[in-house]
Amino acid sequence: MDWGLLLTQLMNGLQFGLLLFLLASGLTLIFGIMDFINLSHGSFYMIGAYFCGSIVARGESFFIAVLFALVGMFVVGALVEWIVARRLYRADHLDQVLATFGLILIFDAIVHIIWGPAGMAIPLPEFLDGQVSLGTLELPTYRLVIISGGLLVAGILSVLVTRSRLGMIIRAGASNQTMVEALGVNIHKLFLIVFAIGATMSGFAGMLIAPITEASIGMGNDIIIIAFVVVIVGGIGSVKGAFYASILIGLIDTLGRSYLDDLMKLFMSLDHAETAAPALSAMLIYILMAIVLAFKPQGLFPPAGIRP
Amino acid sequence: MLDLKRVKTFYGSIQALFGMSLHIEQGKVTTLIGRNGMGKTTTVNSIMGITPCRSGEITFLGNRIDHHAPYQVAQNGIGLVPEGRQIFPNLSVRENLLVGANHFSASKSPWTLNRVIDFFPALQDRLNNMGNQLSGGEQQMLAIGRALMLNPMLLILDEATEGLAPLIRREIWHCLDELKKSGMTILLIDKNIEELNRIADYHYIIEKGKVVWDGFPTTLKDNAELKQKYLGI
Repeated sequence: MDWGLLLTQLMNGLQFGLLLFLLASGLTLIFGIMDFINLSHGSFYMIGAYFCGSIVARGESFFIAVLFALVGMFVVGALVEWIVARRLYRADHLDQVLATFGLILIFDAIVHIIWGPAGMAIPLPEFLDGQVSLGTLELPTYRLVIISGGLLVAGILSVLVTRSRLGMIIRAGASNQTMVEALGVNIHKLFLIVFAIGATMSGFAGMLIAPITEASIGMGNDIIIIAFVVVIVGGIGSVKGAFYASILIGLIDTLGRSYLDDLMKLFMSLDHAETAAPALSAMLIYILMAIVLAFKPQGLFPPAGIRP
Repeated sequence: MLDLKRVKTFYGSIQALFGMSLHIEQGKVTTLIGRNGMGKTTTVNSIMGITPCRSGEITFLGNRIDHHAPYQVAQNGIGLVPEGRQIFPNLSVRENLLVGANHFSASKSPWTLNRVIDFFPALQDRLNNMGNQLSGGEQQMLAIGRALMLNPMLLILDEATEGLAPLIRREIWHCLDELKKSGMTILLIDKNIEELNRIADYHYIIEKGKVVWDGFPTTLKDNAELKQKYLGI
């Protein structure tokens, strides 16, 4: 067993999990509180990456670019809620899926018009481009930055949800939206804020990953499917559930792709293992979701008070 | 204070209120009585804007509120203790009380967390418990306290003592007596006609989505035929 490789893969899994959390936490709040399925949540991931890339291309530092892009994402999220999303809250889920699928196409087209069809590479500052030595192990500095950034946002979100008045109202809204409104809370304002925060976090995930993968059209479309799996596994409306499910799925997906063939070689021929492992590893998170749904249909950590 | 005029409310294509009219006077306890499914909760939901009426007028302190969102109705000064209590199970008792707290009340002695706790001492030791850890009686006290924290001018209680043990009911009635004494305007829905007769200033009986009788408690008390016809007692 190569322990160095295992540790590297664990770090990769943790990094992927935290990126998933940045997407899924907003998605779960929007789904849980507003009962709104937003397929275009992944588009914010893409737009965040392009915003950040554009500012870096103007010669600003990566950190300044992230700060400005975060503000930009909040505005974009608020505008999308105000112009489009609030008209869809009362629609049924199929209509929401269709409309937000339309939004994906619109966002992809807008990005195509503004930034062109080619991807946008985002160079990292030199001091983030190196390696950090941990004993005999060398880890890319930037991966540690992503992990720290993800943990920091998870911490801030946790404090916001559990300790602030806004968080209190968000939790109340996740269990009984009508009653929150009957207590004098302007639900439209609450929805706007939650939607914009969700868009900002999704955009932040895009900004963090873009220096590794580059910003490209449609980059959010694959990850959003996995983020939905996270939301279901964690329990709809539960930020805590989204956190644990993100880490779990990030690790299972990454470790599955690295080690499943070795594991399968133990009880089947080399040929069969190498053929079956890639297909099976791509399915692992969906198998996990099926198992969780079979035993806990409301997910691992459903918010208290959500009726079955 | 609150007036409903010819209010008609629908659930989709199904009509639930057929020209509901009533008047609630300031500082008085008004009741809405009727059998199950006659439109009492729909009336409350129409007042609150939860199920907006399709026609008719609802005015509160002289202003039309029939097309207001529920949060605007609440901000205007109407506090709701809903049927089934609807406590937030995932919030602590303290948080349940603070969700709708109105800190800008013009009242000289506004309802604050401490005042609600003084009014319902049973909640004192439960402040850090979650909403779903309370007994039915404690939940009802919490629901009333939560509505009082809005510092409402009108308090609506939908099924004030439903599903509670006799001892707890007595306590809730006692609290309502105290609120009445303090000058609170109350719209009260309950099935205990005896207690309603004792506390109410005016009754409305509703049947199939409209008022079929209204009058003073003394009249209802002595009218066995009325009680038999509309309330089945």
